[in-house]
Amino acid sequence: MSCEPWQCAEIAATKKAHPINKPEVAVAMIKRAAHPILVVGSNVTERSLEGKLLIEYIIDFAKASNVKVVATAHMVAEFLKRGYEPADFMSAMDIGNRLVDPTWQGINGEGHPDLAMFVALPYYMESLILSGLKHFAPNLKTMTLDNLFHPHASWSFPNAPAKTWTENLTVMTSKFKGGK
Amino acid sequence: MTNKGLRVKAKELKTDIALVKGLELSVGKIIDDTWEEPMGPTPMPHIATLRDWDMKLLNKYKPFYMPDCDLCCLCTYGKCDLTAGKRGACGLNIADQSSRIVLIACSIGAATHTGHARHVVDHLIEEYGRNYPLDVGGFNVDVEAPVTRLVTGIKPETLGDLDEVLTYCETQVTHLLSAAHTGQESNNLDFESKAFHAGRVDQVGMEVADIAQISVFNFPKADPEAPLIEMGLGTIDNAKPVICCIGHNVVPSVGIIDYMKANKLDSKLEVVGLCCTAIDNSRYFDRAKIVGPISWELRVIRSGLVDVLVLDEQCVRTDCALEAERINAPVIAASEKNCIGYKNRTNDPVDEIVNDLVSRKVPGVLILDPEKVGEVAVRVAQKVAPMRKKLSILPSEEEIIKLAKTCRHCNLCQRSCPQDLEIPAAITAAAEGNLKPLTDLYEECIGCGRCEEACPVKLQIHSFILKAGQKYMLEETNFCRAGRGAVQDIEIRSAGGPIVLGEIPGILAAVGCANYPHGGKDVYDICREFAQRRFIVMTSGCSAMSAGSYRNEEGQTLYEEFPGSFEAGGVLNVGSCVSNPHIAGAAIKVASIFAKRNLRGNYEEIADYIHNRIGAVGLAWGAYSQKAASIASGFWSLGVPVLVGPHGSKYRRMLMGRSDKPENWEVYDARTGDTVNVGPAPEHLFQTVETPQEAMVAIAKLCIRPNDTWKGRSIKLSHYIDLHKRHYGRMPKDIHQFVRTMADVPVTMKDEIKDILEAKGWKETVIPDPTMLPRMIRSKKE
Repeated sequence: MSCEPWQCAEIAATKKAHPINKPEVAVAMIKRAAHPILVVGSNVTERSLEGKLLIEYIIDFAKASNVKVVATAHMVAEFLKRGYEPADFMSAMDIGNRLVDPTWQGINGEGHPDLAMFVALPYYMESLILSGLKHFAPNLKTMTLDNLFHPHASWSFPNAPAKTWTENLTVMTSKFKGGK
Repeated sequence: MTNKGLRVKAKELKTDIALVKGLELSVGKIIDDTWEEPMGPTPMPHIATLRDWDMKLLNKYKPFYMPDCDLCCLCTYGKCDLTAGKRGACGLNIADQSSRIVLIACSIGAATHTGHARHVVDHLIEEYGRNYPLDVGGFNVDVEAPVTRLVTGIKPETLGDLDEVLTYCETQVTHLLSAAHTGQESNNLDFESKAFHAGRVDQVGMEVADIAQISVFNFPKADPEAPLIEMGLGTIDNAKPVICCIGHNVVPSVGIIDYMKANKLDSKLEVVGLCCTAIDNSRYFDRAKIVGPISWELRVIRSGLVDVLVLDEQCVRTDCALEAERINAPVIAASEKNCIGYKNRTNDPVDEIVNDLVSRKVPGVLILDPEKVGEVAVRVAQKVAPMRKKLSILPSEEEIIKLAKTCRHCNLCQRSCPQDLEIPAAITAAAEGNLKPLTDLYEECIGCGRCEEACPVKLQIHSFILKAGQKYMLEETNFCRAGRGAVQDIEIRSAGGPIVLGEIPGILAAVGCANYPHGGKDVYDICREFAQRRFIVMTSGCSAMSAGSYRNEEGQTLYEEFPGSFEAGGVLNVGSCVSNPHIAGAAIKVASIFAKRNLRGNYEEIADYIHNRIGAVGLAWGAYSQKAASIASGFWSLGVPVLVGPHGSKYRRMLMGRSDKPENWEVYDARTGDTVNVGPAPEHLFQTVETPQEAMVAIAKLCIRPNDTWKGRSIKLSHYIDLHKRHYGRMPKDIHQFVRTMADVPVTMKDEIKDILEAKGWKETVIPDPTMLPRMIRSKKE
């Protein structure tokens, strides 16, 4: 599994993501966070893994981990259709802009997130938002749950085939109370 | 306006009181100004003149930076790593550097349009003289140059007046670029303010270019019924020699069309084009055809339909000439900004140039005389066409299947694709004889060719996609309305009231390039949605083409389905890139003609009016260029929000409002001086959206303005709520922020919204006469 940027030209300078080589590492970091959030983008209904849409995996993970989901674009409707109510929904730019504001009190005023996870935004958009957070939200840790390496995150899974991605998401979900 | 330079020289001047020797007196200009409108406070603004206004907007819509690069490489101190707050050797941090790049991009855009305008105006003055009168719409258009009047305070009447206006623009662009030099501007907001100024200058430069060419070339003059132009590769008549013009500057194309007409050849050859030259060709000659947007350059060349390629300026792929060589099509470079390394043959005899091109002695020539371009292009096309026999370099299906078997499955094609298209899977399927997955990529491919550059075994992947999609490509036969130019004053009188009161729910301006995330149909779908909702939809440039490239259930294109007038439910193509000021101009003219505000040199007041009253939104779904950045900047500076599609995030800076911070949404009530919270209207000034569904909801919301009457607000809210429920599956969570009195609530939603308002602790407020400018308050409180 490669830790090159998925899109070849998305090169970071001196601060690059740590690769997550085992899903258990990601789980440990999520459990350590006081206010983790998961930002879910519009590709979540575009990717099918082992015959199941990515959004189904994300719902399973969110339910098991109790991580607050922020749906971007029009994805809130896709979650609602599947019987899951995200904690919030807003544009990807809005959530990025709030995360760089240290005075923002987080989803429902419950505290500024200390860990922001991202999944399923267009690669280049996600990369740019992660870059913005790397530069302007120094106290925020970021993590990507995609199968595409994101050098601007704090932690990122390496580039990997869909099968490995499916396994990672399934293992992560299983490590939380309520996970199967 | 007329003006002249005055120069007095006297070797010796004797008067009663003195003897003066060697007197030389020079007065720059004597202005004979018969325009009665009083001059406003900011004619010919310099780079910091409107800084206070810019800062008002920038305080409300703060920049959100997403650096595309962690480094600065602009001087020899560097490379400097600016990661996470580090300052570089010159002292700039990453926020400053990001805004500096925005300024540079906007300055490049403004310089490009101004340079384009300079070429057009100088050429036309040389041909027709400085006193040639401007006419963009006869008696239907009295305010002929609203942007120029607003920014410079000049009311241009002749080509010579435009020369003066351009001199102003050139000075400003020079100052703006100089501010980006190392050790000049040091504050990110000041860089942003200067980027806004670049946008203002850009709007003026574009307006100058367009009103000059409309006046002299007799383009449609504010004509809602400008002709429908055939569009698409399928409209090209293969039996004729084909001249293809790519770029933005119509002058060389006019030379081609004039030569054809003069020699009665206009029905014997095809003149087709891509990008804005195509749009402007069709404004000059309604038998010119539009192939499609910028991203189809490789598509049309490799398909072999082109016999002669004429390249002018802006957005021309720099490898077009190399691609043309592959299909044995001679190239004529027709702009000094894009010489392509060719020998300058401007002063050579036409016969010699024609012979050299036809015999392939040279692959291309530089000709800087548009008339000569015309003659050479036509004569070469006639001779080359029978020899070329429409040579295409697209591989056969059998060749694709054979070549696909050599794929190494390295994934570099997908990893280099801006769209992240699943090319490897399509190549694998092709190797097994199934071309359907390659065909499926055709619509989404933006034609950049990066996949081929990345391929280690040099597969011509883009050509594979074109061949697989060839059936669709050749079936593209649609219509684009020729650019109509300005909006008539009478249209403004009729629509101005309903716009300002909110009863026409908004103006959607779909503009800009074709770097779409999933093909051009999104543009069509969005425009049609809002035309059906009786918004006014304005288009320009490549977006105007994409809007016309699809058909409804009855087989009509958008321009056939909806009227071309500035009215509720109208779809107006104003023209090419340089026609964009007609969109800004329409908003400015609402303030001037409908609301009777003075616009002469009165930028701040008019922008304040537009920002608070005119529900206009720009949508640049596929914006890619620096020119698109400066066009957007011209709208930001007027307080008009702009949305970009996902690739627009690469502009690396958004201007975002914070709906959760009530203190950001206060305006003055000009009637009383009271401060009134008007909610997040409009919520953002520059925002990237991910999907067309998100764009539709955002457009409806961004049309809300503080000045809406209760009836207008109710109409706007009903569109916002309806689209939100359809695409987001639920009621908006911020509806309470847009309801001022219960009368604002759409009647059919009263009960549902009343419950929400109660739950949110909503309180009724007033509808102010909104302004952000204290000087506009008519009666100050004691």
